[in-house]
Amino acid sequence: MKIGRMRGTLVALALLLLAPLLGGAVAPADRRSAYADMSPETRAMQDDDTANPAMLAVLDGEALWNRKAGAADRSCADCHGDPAASMKGVAARYPAFDATNGKPVDLEGRINLERTAHQQAPPLRLESDELLALSAYVARQSRGEPIAPPDDPRLAPFIAAGRDFYNRRQGQLNLSCALCHDDNWGKRLAGNVVPQGHPTGYPIYRLEWQSVGSLQRRLRNCISGMRAEVPEYGAPEYVNLELFLMQRARGMTMESPAVRP
Amino acid sequence: MARTLINVPQKAKRGQVVEIKTLISHIMETGYRRNETGVAIPRDIINSFVCTYNGEEIFRAKLYPAIAANPFITFFTVATETGTLEFKWTDDKGNVETGTAKITVE
Repeated sequence: MKIGRMRGTLVALALLLLAPLLGGAVAPADRRSAYADMSPETRAMQDDDTANPAMLAVLDGEALWNRKAGAADRSCADCHGDPAASMKGVAARYPAFDATNGKPVDLEGRINLERTAHQQAPPLRLESDELLALSAYVARQSRGEPIAPPDDPRLAPFIAAGRDFYNRRQGQLNLSCALCHDDNWGKRLAGNVVPQGHPTGYPIYRLEWQSVGSLQRRLRNCISGMRAEVPEYGAPEYVNLELFLMQRARGMTMESPAVRP
Repeated sequence: MARTLINVPQKAKRGQVVEIKTLISHIMETGYRRNETGVAIPRDIINSFVCTYNGEEIFRAKLYPAIAANPFITFFTVATETGTLEFKWTDDKGNVETGTAKITVE
């Protein structure tokens, strides 16, 4: 009886300590992809590879994967072979820690590191058609795989920084990411359903953009929407936030390349 | 880099109505936008799309600036005989993109 009460007190204490960390976070059972909130037409577009415009980028990516580049005159395929095997699940594990530079890199960052190190080619401009095509092609190989961020202790401080960014009020509207995507998901912002903000389908084809775009581009949309200062492409803030979002979406199914309104 | 995705059923029964889906990569620049220095960006859209079935025209579309980038056009036809469907997109710069698909009618 006494032990039971003590255990109860301990559990209550643990919950009390955890409470600020958990905040209004989305309960695991309630997590869902923004796919669920899309119109039947947009869902059909994503589900059919001949209707999904992002597949045009995937086709480009396939061509780039097999094309020799740089002073090393090597293609991605020369080392990695068939991406259906070698790249399966890779996009579901990024961002990951890069030991050479001592910091995490996202998928686009990794592709550029591989280009400069092994192909001896200049890095592709972030958000360029070529880089989006390659990342779409690589991410396509993870479709259906669960999001599985690496359990790497070296990532911990960067994830914490990402979580801090996510929860911090900023900008002229004094909003944080969490205020919408944890506390008010499912409600409407103008005509749109507020999503939970899980990065399950990047790079995405966004109908509003009429093009393919990366997760960083999407994050920039939200940050400028809060009227906060928007970091440049490739800034560490994005990679940290991507790390945190992947942790938050752990176990959800990859849809890349997804279609979003 | 204009590229296309074409989806035609490989096989169909004679007389069956089949759905044809086409997607092409194109910027569909409206001509109404200006660049950062205020200069008008010239219009560059796909202005016509034609589909022929064994040489006979079965579908034609005129496109206008209000159509989004990467036009997705779907339509139906009756599978009459085994043969080839040919697709042709023409844009304002005179670039012509073509594609073909085979269909077997049983």
